[in-house]
Amino acid sequence: MSKYQVDKKGYYGPFGGAYIPEMLYPNVEELQSRYLEIMQEESFQQEFHALLKDYVGRPSPLYHAKRLSERYGATIFLKREDLNHTGAHKINNTIGQILLAERLGKKRIIAETGAGQHGVATATVCALKGLECVVYMGEVDIARQAPNVARMKMMGAKVVAATSGSKTLKDATNEALRDWINNPVDTHYIIGSVVGPHPYPDLVARFQSIISEETKKQLVEKTGSTTPDYVLACVGGGSNAAGMFYHFLDDEQVKLIAVEAAGHGVDSGETAATTALGKDGVLHGSRSILMQTEDGQVIEPYSISAGLDYPGIGPQHAWLFKSGRGQYVSITDDEAMQAGLLLTKLEGIIPAIESSHALAHLEKMTFTGDENVVICLSGRGDKDLDNYMKYFGF
Amino acid sequence: MKENIFQHKQQKLLSIYYTAGYPTLDSTIDIAEELEKSGADFLEIGFPYSDPVADGPVIQNSSELALQNGMNLKVLFEQLKTLRSRVSIPVFLMGYFNPVLQYGVENFCRSCQEVGVNGVIIPDLPMYEYEDLYETIFKQHGISNIFLVTPQTSTERIRKIDKLSNSFIYLLSSNATTGKNLEVGESSTAYFKRLKEMELENPLVIGFGISNAETFAKATAYAHGAIIGSAFVKLLSRPDYHNEIKNFVKKIKS
Repeated sequence: MSKYQVDKKGYYGPFGGAYIPEMLYPNVEELQSRYLEIMQEESFQQEFHALLKDYVGRPSPLYHAKRLSERYGATIFLKREDLNHTGAHKINNTIGQILLAERLGKKRIIAETGAGQHGVATATVCALKGLECVVYMGEVDIARQAPNVARMKMMGAKVVAATSGSKTLKDATNEALRDWINNPVDTHYIIGSVVGPHPYPDLVARFQSIISEETKKQLVEKTGSTTPDYVLACVGGGSNAAGMFYHFLDDEQVKLIAVEAAGHGVDSGETAATTALGKDGVLHGSRSILMQTEDGQVIEPYSISAGLDYPGIGPQHAWLFKSGRGQYVSITDDEAMQAGLLLTKLEGIIPAIESSHALAHLEKMTFTGDENVVICLSGRGDKDLDNYMKYFGF
Repeated sequence: MKENIFQHKQQKLLSIYYTAGYPTLDSTIDIAEELEKSGADFLEIGFPYSDPVADGPVIQNSSELALQNGMNLKVLFEQLKTLRSRVSIPVFLMGYFNPVLQYGVENFCRSCQEVGVNGVIIPDLPMYEYEDLYETIFKQHGISNIFLVTPQTSTERIRKIDKLSNSFIYLLSSNATTGKNLEVGESSTAYFKRLKEMELENPLVIGFGISNAETFAKATAYAHGAIIGSAFVKLLSRPDYHNEIKNFVKKIKS
């Protein structure tokens, strides 16, 4: 058992657990006691992998980005999660969770979403399975992410505006939890990241671990080795990073770099750089690192990238950070936007602004020329065209 | 039945919940005093949190405004220094775990003891973390930790909660966030009966969805008492709320 994976009580070192009101206990307890057994069933594995192959389009390519490599003086591979159906890694998790929900006999699916990527991925699998779908989305996000709202509606989902607090992702998550409290029997909550009460962080990481599982096989073909020197991924809640790191956690020689969003700068007051500013705390059902005031009120985060705009990180990330297994860094809006444009010009790939944060960190690394680097290109930039256009004035 | 703070009275106990620092920062103790005078049997004073997931819109709103007014645990304990010179009925604090964690669990229990608070209700502090990490600290300071029971809670778990409790058990009228109306149908009657017949060691107090004389009467037919929250917090949003408190309590007890 890896010391970086969840223990029997649902903890990663001091982080994790299930800090939930009694009203959620039966739902969470049901998941805790059944998720592993269900996921290990042969019929589950078969259906999961068949859908990943034929519906999502996996395996996603591991692409050797030659011009990007030349520029930085290392061999850089991009794990192309942007080529998945619906445009990001989010679908790996929603496919897994919808199969789990079916086997738990649930009839109704709820989800939270920030920019709408996880909402779209959830609405997609609900359409696929013919299940009722309700997506909570901050009122502010609904206004600025109209195409994703339309996608969800086209697929039959009901999009409910979260009107409390800052009306963004954190509040959408609160509303989804409230819905779950009020619908304790027939509803499954598909959380979109490696956050929430145990077993969600582990559950989501396992579904996303397909990213590193494939990467290892693909690396052998391309480099003769399963272990690169560096693995990079962006972190909001941290689901693509959790999946990208998963099978490298015990390969201690592989340096894991998690890139958070610094927004306008770590000290600007408008940032989502959780490990730089956060403290031990409890939000959305788990103990982790959290941006908060001295008296424990959660601070509103900011990032140009809606997918990284979250005041906490998953408990496993908190543990990787605290134990030193991972290096946690941050990248500003400006640095990310430039990196996104650079990849577009050098490789003809427009990345999601989330993924651009991971790419931007290359500027801060020094290479001797022999290193192999894998970067998780977690999503495509189509959803961000508006932002790119405004920023660069195209 | 275990010894508890309600020895003097075991029936139709009325508890009122409200948010500290709402409607104004300094209203906390005045409201407590007026509630006692009006006939409330015990109180729950909420300390606000930015992300109250178990609460409906009314208490979300009062929490948000209380935070804007400058309420936090430090300020609250400062205010509560005069509590016991003005209020003698049992007082419980209710809120979410993160503010307690930042204040320090031991500091929190010590402050509760110093100002004369009887116990606390922290819905998102799980039973096993409480038992494992915090029970000793709570006990050292004589602070009761109140557990919640819902219609979905198993009999085995209720027995365990009964063992760990030493003031009362907070029975949720239904699986819901705060501020919904209680509908006493067949299933909730069966649930209340089941609890009553378990003959637990602690008094049962029903909360969530109790808003008026009718729902209070229904709830207290099965339990030792009931808690009114959102309906009272709504009253506090009225400019003349102070004069209305007596009337509010009287109506419920009628």
